[in-house]
Amino acid sequence: MNENKKRLRRTMMFLNAQKPGLIKDAYIYKPDSIIFDLEDAVAENQKDAARYSLFHALTTIDYRGCEKVVRINGLDTPYWREDVRCAVASGCDAIRVPKTESPQQIKLVEEEIVKAEKVYHIPAGKVLIMAAVESARGVMKALDVCEASERMFGVALSGGDYTRDLQTHITGTGVELMGARQQLIIAARAAKVQCFDTVFTDLDNMDGFRQEVETIRLMGFDGKSIVNPRQIGIVHDIFTPTKKDIIFSEKVVREIDEKKKQGIGVFTVDGKMIDIAFYDGAKRVLDMAKASGIY
Amino acid sequence: MKIVKPAVAGTLESSDCQVTVESGQGEVELELTSSVISQYGEQIENVIRETLDKLAVESVKITVVDKGALDCTIRARVECAVYRANGQTGPWREIA
Repeated sequence: MNENKKRLRRTMMFLNAQKPGLIKDAYIYKPDSIIFDLEDAVAENQKDAARYSLFHALTTIDYRGCEKVVRINGLDTPYWREDVRCAVASGCDAIRVPKTESPQQIKLVEEEIVKAEKVYHIPAGKVLIMAAVESARGVMKALDVCEASERMFGVALSGGDYTRDLQTHITGTGVELMGARQQLIIAARAAKVQCFDTVFTDLDNMDGFRQEVETIRLMGFDGKSIVNPRQIGIVHDIFTPTKKDIIFSEKVVREIDEKKKQGIGVFTVDGKMIDIAFYDGAKRVLDMAKASGIY
Repeated sequence: MKIVKPAVAGTLESSDCQVTVESGQGEVELELTSSVISQYGEQIENVIRETLDKLAVESVKITVVDKGALDCTIRARVECAVYRANGQTGPWREIA
């Protein structure tokens, strides 16, 4: 298995691949992942220019540990195959497939990646895939999409297009996204892949942004798509375990390991009843703390 | 590679450069304007000429207006303009 499948992805920051001023030093803000956009942000007559820009940026600039994801154009356009070839040749880590509604779409992209990895001498299996779900049909097919390929590491909700398809709009309350968020996180967990929330575009409403990030963390999401470096600190703050969480999780892991040897199944830690069901959660907190660089 | 028709790539935004190519008179005729010409003019010119060499462009009139672009941006814009002028798209490994 590609070890990067489970890497830390609290923040996935979108950048227009055609804008040198944006992509030249985006790593300084330390998002976990950068999504170089060849799709919506790039005008129809600049698709080629965006690819040259992407290719030379990725083959030249050291992004210092930030994951490099490329959002290709939709499979209903004439651009996506060339996007895949360019992205793979550039040495990207993953490809984000927009408007996903079926596992066949993921398989099609995978076939193109396999071909490109051979042509450009990239190690087989290096390039991962994530899917963006942007429609009611996509939400209904989420589990099949998540299980479409061994390369799939995650699925993301794209709220703008999804709410249009639902014949509503982004309200700021999250009510219009409730069902999709719930369904996507359930599908992702069932398929054992990660799940990412949609962007929050009202940059003047940082309190609303914080509230939304707190909500999606409690729902089980692994991270959030973002559109501005100002959003990174808030997401990392909320998604990084606190010192209290870490100390408690350490105790839980230690106690479960010890009590298991003594044949004890249920016991208390800091006054809370604990059994084996808490083990994976506590390990996850410690893994997250390690990945975040605070443990 | 031949310049079949005039083509432009890039913008005049900060950190970018705008490259215009037209058919030449049997040589590389370069016109460079840059906000950092006194510090980096020679380096920018070298990047442009190397990129044209790599693409085997021997006859071209090329005009570059630089707004503080990195070398990788200059390469990207020159290639884009040349490929547009030639009606092709990039063979990615070959231009690396």
